[in-house]
Amino acid sequence: MDILSLFVIVPVLTVIALMFTKGQNNYRVVTAIGSGVQLIMAFNLLYQFLAIREAGNTDTMVFMQDYMWFKSMNIHYAIGVDGISVLMIMLTSIIVLAGTFISWKVDDLAKEFFIFLIILAAGVYGFFISIDLFTMFVFYEIAVIPMYLLIGLWGSGPREYSAMKLTLMLMGASALLLVAIFGLYFNSNVDGGALTFNIFEISQVNIPVEAQKLFFPLAFIGFAVIGALFPFHTWSPDGHASAPTAVSMLHAGVLMKLGGYGVFRIAMFLMPEGAHYWSEFFMILAVIGVAYGAIAAVSQTDLKYINAYSSVSHLGMVLLALLMMNEVAWRGAMLQSLSHGFITSLFFALIGIVYGRTHTRDIAKMGGLMTIMPIIGTLYVIAGMANLGLPGFSGFAAEMNIFVGAFQHPDMFHRIITIIAVSAIVTTAVYMLRLVGKIMMGPVMEEYKHLPAITWYEKAGTFVLVLFSMLIGIFPFFWSDIIDEAIKPFIQGILSV
Amino acid sequence: MDSSYTILILLIPIFTFFLLGFNFKRIKEPTSGIIGTALIGTTALISYFTAFQYFTGAMKGAIVDGVYQKVYTMNTVWIEFSDTLHIDMGILIDPITAMMLIVVPTISLMANMYSIGYMHGESGYTRFFAYLSLFTFSMLGLVLSTNIFMIYIFWEMVGVSSYLLIGYYYNKPSAVLAAKKAFIVTRFADFGFLMGILMLGYYGGSWDFKVLSDLGFIESLQQAYGAVFMGLSVITWALILIFMGGAGKSAMFPLHIWLPDAMEGPTPVSALIHAATMVVAGVFLVARLFGLFHFMDDGAALTVVAYVGALSTLFAAIIAFTQHDIKRVLAFSTMSQIGYMMLALGVSGYSGHDGLGFMASMFHLFTHAMFKALLFLGAGSIIHAVHSNYMQDMGGLRKYMPITHITFLIAALAISGVPPLAGFWSKDEILVAALHDNTLIFAVGYIVAGMTAFYMFRLYFRIFWWNEPNYKHTPHESTNTMTIPLIVLAVMTIVSGFIPFHNLVTADGAHIETHIDWATAGASVAVGLVGILIAMFMYKKENTISKRFRSGFGNFYEAAFAKFYIDELYMFVTKKIIFAKISAPSAWFDRNVVDASMNGVGNGTVWIAEKIKGLQSGKVQDYAMFFISGVVVIAMLFWFFI
Repeated sequence: MDILSLFVIVPVLTVIALMFTKGQNNYRVVTAIGSGVQLIMAFNLLYQFLAIREAGNTDTMVFMQDYMWFKSMNIHYAIGVDGISVLMIMLTSIIVLAGTFISWKVDDLAKEFFIFLIILAAGVYGFFISIDLFTMFVFYEIAVIPMYLLIGLWGSGPREYSAMKLTLMLMGASALLLVAIFGLYFNSNVDGGALTFNIFEISQVNIPVEAQKLFFPLAFIGFAVIGALFPFHTWSPDGHASAPTAVSMLHAGVLMKLGGYGVFRIAMFLMPEGAHYWSEFFMILAVIGVAYGAIAAVSQTDLKYINAYSSVSHLGMVLLALLMMNEVAWRGAMLQSLSHGFITSLFFALIGIVYGRTHTRDIAKMGGLMTIMPIIGTLYVIAGMANLGLPGFSGFAAEMNIFVGAFQHPDMFHRIITIIAVSAIVTTAVYMLRLVGKIMMGPVMEEYKHLPAITWYEKAGTFVLVLFSMLIGIFPFFWSDIIDEAIKPFIQGILSV
Repeated sequence: MDSSYTILILLIPIFTFFLLGFNFKRIKEPTSGIIGTALIGTTALISYFTAFQYFTGAMKGAIVDGVYQKVYTMNTVWIEFSDTLHIDMGILIDPITAMMLIVVPTISLMANMYSIGYMHGESGYTRFFAYLSLFTFSMLGLVLSTNIFMIYIFWEMVGVSSYLLIGYYYNKPSAVLAAKKAFIVTRFADFGFLMGILMLGYYGGSWDFKVLSDLGFIESLQQAYGAVFMGLSVITWALILIFMGGAGKSAMFPLHIWLPDAMEGPTPVSALIHAATMVVAGVFLVARLFGLFHFMDDGAALTVVAYVGALSTLFAAIIAFTQHDIKRVLAFSTMSQIGYMMLALGVSGYSGHDGLGFMASMFHLFTHAMFKALLFLGAGSIIHAVHSNYMQDMGGLRKYMPITHITFLIAALAISGVPPLAGFWSKDEILVAALHDNTLIFAVGYIVAGMTAFYMFRLYFRIFWWNEPNYKHTPHESTNTMTIPLIVLAVMTIVSGFIPFHNLVTADGAHIETHIDWATAGASVAVGLVGILIAMFMYKKENTISKRFRSGFGNFYEAAFAKFYIDELYMFVTKKIIFAKISAPSAWFDRNVVDASMNGVGNGTVWIAEKIKGLQSGKVQDYAMFFISGVVVIAMLFWFFI
């Protein structure tokens, strides 16, 4: 069995094992083992990938496999990874494991909960390894659909409404995306070859500029909706607020990354002229997201809303960086994707931990929790600092790349956009410190005096996320090298037109 | 000698932080205090050794042809943006770094030792020492930085340490607010700093200090960039933005509002961070880029520095007259003295005797660190004894606290510029430099010298003389761990004025000739003595003179007491405009316009579905009707188009 397909097979096996498992305790153990295996595989993949690069392999994609799936339409199960997808797979495996630990105490329908969680993960892995547009789309849908059930069944608050909204908006986006994929497919023979869904075959074809101009915005919006592009981000606050903790973590930590990844790998890579044509328009939307998400977060009182708007702001930064069209900003975008994955899922984990104890997410109703739960309080401060881009954490390295990259365009339009984006570092500090100050500091509240301390599984789930955020923050050069290598074909493909 | 051992200066404090931070429940009082003090003490010894090696020229490459050089150690690329533009991590030692390697560990060691006793019985005892180590690490990293981006990195780190330490009493709402305010105000300033760095990187092409201080490089920048905006070149604008960051950290007007509130932190923190080290980071930054500041557009950016410094020094001195909280008096005094350092840099030339201002600024930074830390630690000792920050609760303490009294007096005399104490020498050099360059700035400096003497001795007489209030507990002298730092710093205050700074720390690294300008010195001592005498007249014994003065000044006094309403202005802008007029409407807009329109699409779909579902009625007549209508419409379309 090839090293990549295992990322789909192991989750499937975990799901099958879960089906035949009995007993509340066993579900989570099986899930933890399954996700642990995935984590090991992810690091093995990273190791193998580095080894193969060390050995001088400079192929764009490695560990490639190709099986015919639907011959009549030339659809393949074609897989392969480059540095970016390897890192995304690593991110996914870490967050799935952390999410499993954080949901250790799920009681209602625990079996089904973990099954859907793992199916979601399988979809995400499949998405990251695919190099066939159709297969990729199928995996994308596999990842999105369990979300509906996870929020609708295990959520809180107006969960049906939120689940419906989230799913419908993502489905609407998928429809646009599907149109764009077919648009690419039916234009893939203009140079005389066969119709194909294969990304690298399409990238060799000179898709007519008119078609690119038509299909680029469809593909871009199709992916950017899940990346919370303004004004299509409104599913995110409601969806996150209703979702159970692990689902929020996975969703914000991984699923929202599919947006930036897809925009880069499909919309921009396959339609470079379209990307150049549309970049300024979407850049305006992205920078509105950056500033407006942060400003809206300042006025929120629900912890999850704060984090959801914070995600709008941080992921707006990813899209903005991608549209900046230079390698430094692109590297920043990829680092920001990873960074946001770790930091935001850490935050959702911590929100879940506090909510599980205080049963409220209203920051006005909490105070002085640091005294009662010093470790959780410290983690909050760390997460807050990481989120506002403190050096030593991943956010700083990512943002600096984005800012320096953005600054390479000397025209007034880009300058203004860059200044607005940089100003978000101040707004972010305002809402993060407000949050930490309100709930962790201040006088101790009587009703919370007897809250339990952090448990071992909560520690495991959060520490690993802090660790990775710091690994990126302190050793950015290691990750940058992997990303830089992977960006080369994009430089050639996108910047040379 | 090879300088790679200097890495220990950074490794030991960060190790201490992790050691104490990870074991904050296991390591108990006073062990954590002793560990912290011992390890910071080790750092201090290595730092002193480094400075000694550097200044004597024993370090490899320190002196070439009698000129101090920049020595790089272990400089490696951390993030690479392009061939010339990269963030490096490394250690740079030059005269101002070597000087800071004496200031920072000394004050940190004193603050650590002092805190062993001062923090006795606090619940977060170990946490406090962990934070102190984190701060020491960050501050040392800042002064050892080899490039401006590395400074920015450690700049943020000191900001966070300061946040954590101001908010140390995190159950106290005022401390939480003060910590938040300090972080956000400096973060706002850092927005300018970062933009300045980005501009300097893009237009200047390098962040490395060796490049940025190279005169040939500066020359080429001067030629490459002409005036773009308001008659200044883009590099000058970058420098002004960078100075904005420095002004935020150094509490220069109008970004000073966080400093008085930062006094919510424990007093050793005020002494270490908000008097001696972190707040002078802005001065250090300007000194670090002095070549650029001085030469670009004939020193336009440096003129900004000079006037901001002069305005701040006067502004803060006026407010210091009126405050009752002794730590706030000291805070405004700090702001005023940093303004002094800034104006000294602002009036300085580059080399030879013209470079006196630079040397004087660094000299004052050094001496000020010693006597201001001493004043703060003394204030801490007093607060510890009377359990209050307010002058009204003090008086006659000289009998109860002899060591605190004498050391406080030495520091007060030093800051007032009384010879032969440290402050006299450095302040005199500043005034001489200002007189040579700009009469207005000299006049401000001169007046502030007198004002400083007055408000310091107002403080001194009010605390140690005046009339005794009814103490609930008889005040007593603090423990040895607290008084030893006072004595050490008092000794430093006496001797540090005799350090030959003009041979060691200059803008271009070469020696400069200085001589005492007796006219200026005499005049500045005179104004200082006048200030002291007025203060003695007003505050030595309980009387109503000061009350009468207060009513004489009326509204002006009220305004100064209220810190000229700058805080209110900021509150108005943030609360009433940014929160109420931008943020809350954005949140509302998101829910009620953006989201509502998305929901509208969904509801619209449902509505249309409701409307058209009647079409599927199941009646054959209806279907026949639709069919015929369709045929007619299509026929008509054909009719029109073909």
